[in-house]
Amino acid sequence: EPKRALDDEMLEQLEELLIASDMGVDIALRVTANMAEGRYGKLLSATEIKSLLASEITRVMEPVARPLPIYPKTPQVVLVVGVNGSGKTTTIGKLSSQFRAAGKKVVIAAGDTFRAAAVEQLQVWGDRAGVPVLTAPEGSDPAALAYDAMVKAEADGADLLMIDTAGRLQNRADLMEELAKIVRVIRKKDPDAPHNTLLVLDATTGQNALRQVELFGQMADVSGLVMTKLDGTAKGGVLVALADKFGLPIHAIGVGEQIDDLQPFDPEEFADALVGLERN
Amino acid sequence: MFENLSERLSGVFDRLTKQGALSEDDVRTALREVRVALLEADVSLPVARSFIKNVEKKATGAAVTKSITPGQQVVKIVHDELIATLRGEGDPGKLKIDNPPAPILMVGLQGSGKTTTTAKLAKRLKDREGKKVLMASLDTNRPAAMEQLAILGTQIGVDTLPIVPGEDPVQIAKRANTQASLAGYDVYMLDTAGRLHIDEELIAQAAAVRDVANPRETLLVVDGLTGQDAVNVATEFDDKIGVSGVVLTRMDGDGRGGAALSMREITGKPIRFVGLGEKMDAIETFEPERIAGRILGM
Ligand SMILES: Nc1nc2c(ncn2[C@@H]2O[C@H](COP(=O)(O)OP(=O)(O)OP(=O)(O)O)[C@@H](O)[C@H]2O)c(=O)[nH]1
Ligand SMILES: Nc1nc2c(ncn2[C@@H]2O[C@H](COP(=O)(O)OP(=O)(O)OP(=O)(O)O)[C@@H](O)[C@H]2O)c(=O)[nH]1
Ligand SMILES: [K+]
Ligand SMILES: [Mg+2]
Ligand SMILES: [Mg+2]
Repeated sequence: EPKRALDDEMLEQLEELLIASDMGVDIALRVTANMAEGRYGKLLSATEIKSLLASEITRVMEPVARPLPIYPKTPQVVLVVGVNGSGKTTTIGKLSSQFRAAGKKVVIAAGDTFRAAAVEQLQVWGDRAGVPVLTAPEGSDPAALAYDAMVKAEADGADLLMIDTAGRLQNRADLMEELAKIVRVIRKKDPDAPHNTLLVLDATTGQNALRQVELFGQMADVSGLVMTKLDGTAKGGVLVALADKFGLPIHAIGVGEQIDDLQPFDPEEFADALVGLERN
Repeated sequence: MFENLSERLSGVFDRLTKQGALSEDDVRTALREVRVALLEADVSLPVARSFIKNVEKKATGAAVTKSITPGQQVVKIVHDELIATLRGEGDPGKLKIDNPPAPILMVGLQGSGKTTTTAKLAKRLKDREGKKVLMASLDTNRPAAMEQLAILGTQIGVDTLPIVPGEDPVQIAKRANTQASLAGYDVYMLDTAGRLHIDEELIAQAAAVRDVANPRETLLVVDGLTGQDAVNVATEFDDKIGVSGVVLTRMDGDGRGGAALSMREITGKPIRFVGLGEKMDAIETFEPERIAGRILGM
């Protein structure tokens, strides 16, 4: 493999590679600068450069690669939030299936009482995962449903209660307040709940993901992230900016529409894909 | 984080103007700031690059370098160029729905807003143009996708093609055509399953639907929050299926909407509508001025 001296032109190309992954300009500059430190003018092959960049990214991502923690106290309440169409309902189906396979007793609450056929969609996922789905009529109060679901989950001796919510954009104050209300009502039943609040992000989303994490974090105390749709060509580079800025754990990634298409977040694999490095 | 372009540029030019008249190099420095602003607004990299090249020619003229307010001059040039690019050539006019029944095919990535937009457009055609519209869901993939469209149809008072389990998308498209012809519909809308642009099987399926339906319009529905991937989505959907226009959804969010520029540049097709919410009336025609200002944070 031919080698080239690491110079400004090459650094600019590397920055662009990272920017094209949705990493954002600031962090792309920082990652390349860190990588280049002490190496300026050195002869490097393309693979060497990509490996160096990938290690730099892996270093940032390793601390946030953590599976969803499971607590001894039951029912553990997992609230799932995010903007419209990001993949919340599908992710609940996939997670429920995994937890059930791990021997957990899971209950799902269909907290999206707004979108057309949201409940029917979740019921299909419940069937696929072999998990009961608690529902309320369209248009009813999602906070009340969440509360009832907690009572039911406790009575049934469930280990986990997964609560789906309607998609909402983080700049919609009214809808964000509705979410805050769900959290408040849940806490009336159990002051420690929700024990996890998962924000589901779509990998095709650009820099707006930063606003999503910031505002959902403020209104709903987000405790971890899931990124979906990483089976496409979107690289999800914004996760690096998010790890840098918020340090929230990334619990899983979605890589398809089927029930098994959910994987743990692997920092090294993610970094390799991001810089286009193929390891043999 | 999202410093707006005027602020960015005034910072640069304050530094530069201390040395007297601007050189072409100075303008280039300023354009690097423009580039960063575009990238932060989620304009795809290759699109940002070619856009800057266009602007550079216009911005290195005497009107800018000799100006006492070079920063504002550059902002104006960038802004005007952005509007011109977003508008494109020729008036896209109304949706082509002459020759009833006119098929409209809706395509896009998973979760981009196809089903919602199908219903919004159907309602708009019914309410504003008095059209008799039939909606059909060809989504045999996503759980309850067909029910979703049927419920929306009931809400807005637009007919949906009865659901027949077991049919594939091509069969449903044919049945929609027959039904629309027999029952005197003006327009029939084909909502399709979300698909990735690199999913060869599903893209081929959409192309097969296109071939039987011969749509008068094929609208690519794109999430307005899309980042750098916009360039791939636009390229592949336009190459493999062929689109006649774009709808940008979730423009009620606080995203900067750079995907609008990417879509327009890559497909060369007009952006027809923007989605501004989940409700059935939350759709408007595309206005380049508004999106340009938004991309620049002005
Ligand atoms: N390719 C791919 N598609 C996915 C993935 N996760 C979800 N989807 C698809 O994305 C679309 C939206 O998923 P949903 O689970 O309905 O998203 P949501 O966040 O619940 O949507 P709303 O409730 O409407 O806000 C569906 O077509 C899913 O099949 C993934 O990891 N990869
Ligand atoms: N805020 C907002 N939400 C929208 C807009 N358009 C669609 N949505 C929401 O986005 C989510 C996904 O919309 P759908 O119409 O189901 O998207 P789709 O492309 O049909 O999804 P799949 O069929 O799963 O690929 C739903 O929650 C919609 O209510 C919009 O313009 N603004
Ligand atoms: K999306
Ligand atoms: Mg949902
Ligand atoms: Mg749909």
